[in-house]
Formats: sequence, C-alpha cells, structure tokens
Amino acid sequence: MRTENVLVRMEGICKEFPGVKALDNVDFELRHGEIHAVCGENGAGKSTLIKVLTGVEQNERGSIYLEGNPISPQTPMEAPALGISTVYQEVNLCPNLSVAENIFIGREPIKHGKIDWDEINRRSETALARLNVKLDVTGRLDEYSVAIQQMVAIARALDISAKVLILDEPTSSLNKIEVANLFRIMRKLKSEGMGIIFITHFLEQVYEVTDQITILRNGKLVGQFETAKLDRLQLIAKMIGKDLAEFEKTIKESVHDAGVAANEGVFYKAEQLGQQGSINPFDIEISKGEVMGLAGLLGSGRTESARVIFGIDEPDSGEIHVDKNKVTIKTPVDAIRLGLAFCSENRKTEGIVANLTIRENIILALQGKRGMGAFLTRKEQEEIADKYVKLLNIVTPSIEQLVGNLSGGNQQKVLLARWLATNPELLILDEPTRGIDIGAKAEVQKLVLQLASEGRAVLLISSELDEMVRCCGRMAVYKDKQKIGELNGTEITELNVMKTIAGGQN
Amino acid sequence: METRNKMNRRLIDHQLFWPLFALTVLLVFDFFYIKGFFHLEIIEGHLYGSLIDIVNRATPLMFLAIGMTLVIASGGIDISVGSVLAISGAISALMIGGDLVFVDGVQHYVARYPILVAIFVALVVSVICGIWNGLLIAKLGVNAMVGTLILLVAGRGIAQLIVDGNVITVYYEPFFYIGSGFFLGLPFSIYLVAAFLGLIMWLIKKTAFGLFLESIGSNRVSSRFTGLDVQKIMWACYAISGLCAGIAGIIVASEVKSADANNAGVFIELDAILSVVLGGNSMAGGRFSVIGSVIGALVVQTLTTTIYAIGVPPEITMVVKALVVIVIYLIQSQMGKKTVKRTVKTSAGETALKTQEAKA
Repeated sequence: MRTENVLVRMEGICKEFPGVKALDNVDFELRHGEIHAVCGENGAGKSTLIKVLTGVEQNERGSIYLEGNPISPQTPMEAPALGISTVYQEVNLCPNLSVAENIFIGREPIKHGKIDWDEINRRSETALARLNVKLDVTGRLDEYSVAIQQMVAIARALDISAKVLILDEPTSSLNKIEVANLFRIMRKLKSEGMGIIFITHFLEQVYEVTDQITILRNGKLVGQFETAKLDRLQLIAKMIGKDLAEFEKTIKESVHDAGVAANEGVFYKAEQLGQQGSINPFDIEISKGEVMGLAGLLGSGRTESARVIFGIDEPDSGEIHVDKNKVTIKTPVDAIRLGLAFCSENRKTEGIVANLTIRENIILALQGKRGMGAFLTRKEQEEIADKYVKLLNIVTPSIEQLVGNLSGGNQQKVLLARWLATNPELLILDEPTRGIDIGAKAEVQKLVLQLASEGRAVLLISSELDEMVRCCGRMAVYKDKQKIGELNGTEITELNVMKTIAGGQN
Repeated sequence: METRNKMNRRLIDHQLFWPLFALTVLLVFDFFYIKGFFHLEIIEGHLYGSLIDIVNRATPLMFLAIGMTLVIASGGIDISVGSVLAISGAISALMIGGDLVFVDGVQHYVARYPILVAIFVALVVSVICGIWNGLLIAKLGVNAMVGTLILLVAGRGIAQLIVDGNVITVYYEPFFYIGSGFFLGLPFSIYLVAAFLGLIMWLIKKTAFGLFLESIGSNRVSSRFTGLDVQKIMWACYAISGLCAGIAGIIVASEVKSADANNAGVFIELDAILSVVLGGNSMAGGRFSVIGSVIGALVVQTLTTTIYAIGVPPEITMVVKALVVIVIYLIQSQMGKKTVKRTVKTSAGETALKTQEAKA
C-alpha cells in the first residue's frame, strides 16, 4: 500500500563518525501529501539522517531515491536543486537584510546585468502570500517577530524548491498562536501534495499534526508507525527503548534502595522559581540525604530548572531558602558559596577546561570558592588531586596530564572531583553518565547513592530512565517547560514516569 | 643515551626554549657579522656596549609585552597601548617640565609639580585607560580588537590635547634618570623591569590569579560555571596592561627628554603583540609565560638593532624585519618544531650508532 506515491525513500543508510555509529542500516520513507515526524532522544540519529538527506553529510552505505530516481547529494547546495529544502531550528537568515533579500539571497534574478529588484519583491510577496503572510518585503528582517522570520525562512525554502520540506524544531521559539498558524500552513502545503519531515521534541505537536512517525534510537531504526495507531506511552517507550512487557516486570521488582536517609531536614527550597522564556515558575524542595530526580524529555525544562537553581540563568521570579535562610542566587558564585555544585550536561563546552591539567581542573572550583588570595600550595593541590584520582578511579598516568587528553568517562570523573572538592551540600548532576561506558556509569551511579547516604542532597538529571529509577528517592517530572508532577518512593517506576510525561494517557 | 635523548626532548618541549633559541641565533649572527657587537666597556663606572643598549632600549617594550601577555592569555588583545604610552608621556612631561630659576645667581631648573606626583598622576590616568578598556570588553562584551581600537584612536587625540599639539621638552634633570640613568653600572630602567616582573610573577605564582587567567582564557563558559569571576579577572588584565603602558610612556619620555604626542609609541602595540607571540604564547589565550614574552621583546629589539647595525637601507628595514619574523615564527610553529625534533632525534640516533660502532 505504501509503495505507491513514494516521494523519498532511504534504504539501509549507514553513517559512521569516529567511534560512533550515527546511523546503522536505517530505512525511511516519505510520501506525497504527508507530514512525517522523526522522533528519538538526543543522539538517536535524527539530525544525521536529515544531514544525509540534505547533503551536509554523506552516507557510507545505502541509497536514497527521490520519486524513484537514485540521488546522492554531495553538498548542501545540491539538495535544494533537487527539491529538498530545510528550515533549521535557529533561523539562519541575515537579520540586517530585507525580507525580500533574505528570500532571494544567493540566487538573485538578473536582468540586463543588474539585480531585478521588482521581480524579487513581487515574487517574495507571492511566496509569503502562499503562507498567509502579508508584510512589507523591503523591511529589515529583524523588525519582525521570530515567528514571522520563521515564515520567511519557510517562504525561502518553498520558493527554492517545493517537493520535500524539512522542518527541524521549528516551534521551539514560537508561542501557541504562532504554532497553530504554522500547523495550518503545514496542512495547506500537505494538501498541495508536498511531503513534510517534522522534527520536534514536543510530543503534543507530533500528535496534533503528523500522519506518520519514524522512531530512531542509538542510530538504529525502531520502526515507522501510523500516528493514529501509536499511543503516547508506546511512543515514549520506543524512544527510550523499553518494552511494555519489560516494564510490568520492573514494576514488580522495583525496590528502592535510595532515599532511605532522606528527611534529615530540607536543605534547599524554592517557591515559584522561574525565568521567562526558559522555565515556567515551579516549586521544589530538596532534603539532605536525598537523591531528587528531574525527569522529562529533552527540552522539557529539566536542565533549565537546574540552571536557574544554580544561578547560571538569573531567575526573574521566586523565593529561595537554603538551610532555612532566605537567600538570593543570581550567579554561580552565589550558589557555590551557599554549598551548591553543578555538573553541566555539556562536558566539553561548559565543564572541563581542556588545556589545564587534571590537578588544576580538580582544584578550580575549590580555589574559586576560596578566592584569589588564599591560593592552595602546590602540595595541597597535589594531595587533593591524588585523593580524588584514587577515590574515583580516574585512569591517568599522572595528575599533570591535560584533561583534554582523557576519555569522556575520565573527564566526567574529573568534573565530579572538582565539585566534590568543594564539599557541596547540594550536588546537581546533569546527565553525569552520558557518553561514558557502562563500567564508569555504574561507578557514577554508586557514587551518587553514596553521597546521599553521607547526608548530602543530590539533584539528578538523566535521559536514561532506568538510571533515574535506580537512583532517585523522589522525582519531579517536567514537560513543555513546566513542572507537571512529583513522584515519591515506590511510585517511581519507569512506567509511572512515562505515564506522567505522556499526561496520564494510556 | 636514552635519558639524554629524553632530556633533549623535554628541553625542546619547554616553552622558553624557542624564544631563547631565536635570541641565540640572532646573537650568533651579530657576533660574526657586526664588529664589536659583544664589546663592553666601562666608562665613568657605567657599562656601555651594544648589548646594554639593546636591553636598555627594550625596556618600554618589555613592559608592554608583560601587560599584553596577560590580556592575550585572557582571550583578548589590547591595541591601545601605544596611545596610552603617549598619554602617560604627555602628562608626566607636562607636569614636570622645568622652570628656569636663579638661585644665588646660578641657573637651575625646577619641576612644576614634584616628580613623584607627576608620575603618580600619569600612572593613575593609564590605569583608568585600562579600566575603560575593561569596561567595554569585560563588562559590555565588546570585541577586544574593536574595544581597544577606540582608545587607540581617541587616546592619541587625548595625548595631543594634553600637550596642546606641541612637543613638550623636559628640562628637569632628575627625571632623565628613569630612562637614561645608571645604577650600579647598569641602566636604571632594567631594575624597573626586574622589579615589575617580580611583582607580576608573584601575582601569578603565589595567588590564584595565574590559574584563573589560564582557565578563563581556555574556556570562559566553564570558568563562569565553576564560580570564577570572569569579568573581574579580564578587567584586571586590561588595567594591568594600562599600567604597563603608563610606565613605558614615562620611560620613553624620560629617555628622549620630551613628550611627542604625535610620534611616541606609534605602532609599538604591534611590536608588543609580536613579543608575546615570539615568546611562545598562543594568540588563542590560555596557557602563557610572561618570561617568554620578555625574552620575545629582547628578540624584537635585537632584531631591530641588528638590522640598523648591518646597514640595511632604511627604506627596506621593515621588509627585512618582517621576513625574519616570518622565519622565526615558522620555526616555532608546530611543523617547524616537528622538523627540529626529528633532526635532534636522528642526530642523537646517529651518535648512538657511532658510539656502538666505536665500541665494536
């Protein structure tokens, strides 16, 4: 049934990056007049698949057909010529040029050796009219809202070619009305016979607008499903990689060894903490000796909450109490002085300082807390570094090794060491086990539980549900930039977490 | 043999090896091609000779290079130092000047303001210049090149305003001691550099300033998340760079006994940046060596002196200088280092082979 009317077919696509199989034998099929969601957690291979289709990356094996003809786009310039256009998450237009210039940049129509501005303006207006947008096309792009800029990007994509339109996270910076408008346009284009690939982290939107869902996990194809026949719980289960039957089993076995030492008193308490645009106001309470989880899909607001708590993003609402005292936390320095610590999910860009040695990386936060004057002596530095290298089993020939030369798992341990050295009361760990091997993972998880049993508070964020379930005594669940619930003790099962994320719908 | 090879290797990997190597090559060249280059003589208890001359002339550049090293290590750059140098020179020259008075019929120049007050004011204004740069770059997030470009242009104008467009001549003799006096047989300004270098080294090694600076230069975001006050540290770097330019300005004014707002320190920011680079420092920031930059300044000055001494026609001195700089820079680059390492390795291997043969 699906063989007819096929617009794009990708077969057995393989793509390898050094050390990672980004795509492993993935099939994909898009038909005329179809909106097709590509779903998967971070690192599942969604963007690589799109990049292969648009010529940004080249597949090593497999073939791509457009309307039955084999194609193999080698550069990002080739795909639009074939009829495949992409609108990226971050609008990649030139804000200081006019709307019309943006639509035609790089392919201006020429008349008598000069750019034909009349033609450009007229065609821009037509292209936008197709999207129900009417505006002055000679105005500068940055005079318009992000939603309009998004429309301009789509208009450009449509004017270049109009067979396949790829929308990569187009809704992340739009409000509800703007999203509704975008969906109306997507349906209109669909009715004109276009095939649309839609990538989003918002599950509601997948159900609102798409016909088909392709799910990827760890570079492999999980399957292609009709949206109407796949319920949310199944979708989440397939994205995260757990079978429903397996869940039922885990529920029965679920015994919590974490959170036993909890309720030695509340350490951190925030009411209506939030930052406009990144996270809606939420309440949270973290006790000493407890591992509290922040669960939710990527982009749900879990990381944003942690950043507001630690003062990386300055909160614009809410009241914070630490150890029963009212405090303000506006910068990481404030947070560190109050006994907080934060391991970012972006190890390379926000965590390690690659050009410094292990010793220097480990003492950095402690020295920052002590200030510039009270410089640790070389001997003290070495003692601290040696202690944590031993404690965390950091594999290295010497503490004078540059951190950039270590493996991911060891870099992660250096970061943990950096924060443990400050003797924190509340340790926030954002994806502490991402990208590290299984052995190191288990060690980190063990450490988390051990820290809690020592009476520290831990705030854990992880995309891996089994890890969350194993470690957390309490869990706040996030969805669409909002805290939507809390789970306690035995309520914490993978099934319950997924149910809460899906909004209680089975 | 094995250990010796390893020692060679470590020597080559040391950051100071390359600037010293470049300096040595230049000096060896001078030894063969310039007659009496290494000749030193004592006249009236003062040491004279080309070597002393080079060191003496290099002192303003050394100060600039010290400040520039810190700024570059923080991930920025300061191209305003030449103008700050001119401002500082103008202020000190104007405030000291020298009025002719007759005491008991003997003519005699006195300073308008006490010399220490004049120097203090000149240095305070220089630090304020640095703080201004810091405000633009650290606080407001202006690109470092653009931010300091403002003062590069405006600062020269300010210096001209201070001296009202004239060249101010200084008559007050004690002021000359700073730039051309001798202490214990050596130029006085060398002691100034040594003292200031000691102060900076103390700041880098005995406080956490050096560690923090390398951290923010390597990864600004991580540093902020780790609780370092990134803004304050960057700000401090620009302020210190301003102070360095101020001191250099006073030395230059004292040496030439005047303040010429039009010509003092023109293009010297480029020599300062060159000193930092030839000192083995990365323009990308992070790891740094102030000592390396000071040696780099010596290399630059030796090169300049050499070019004049061997009689390169004045109209092509800049070109010759550029060519030599390119060669030095290429040798210090990764590729150059690899080639030299390979040569050292093979020659060490050959020696080992020869020893073995000899034994056999």
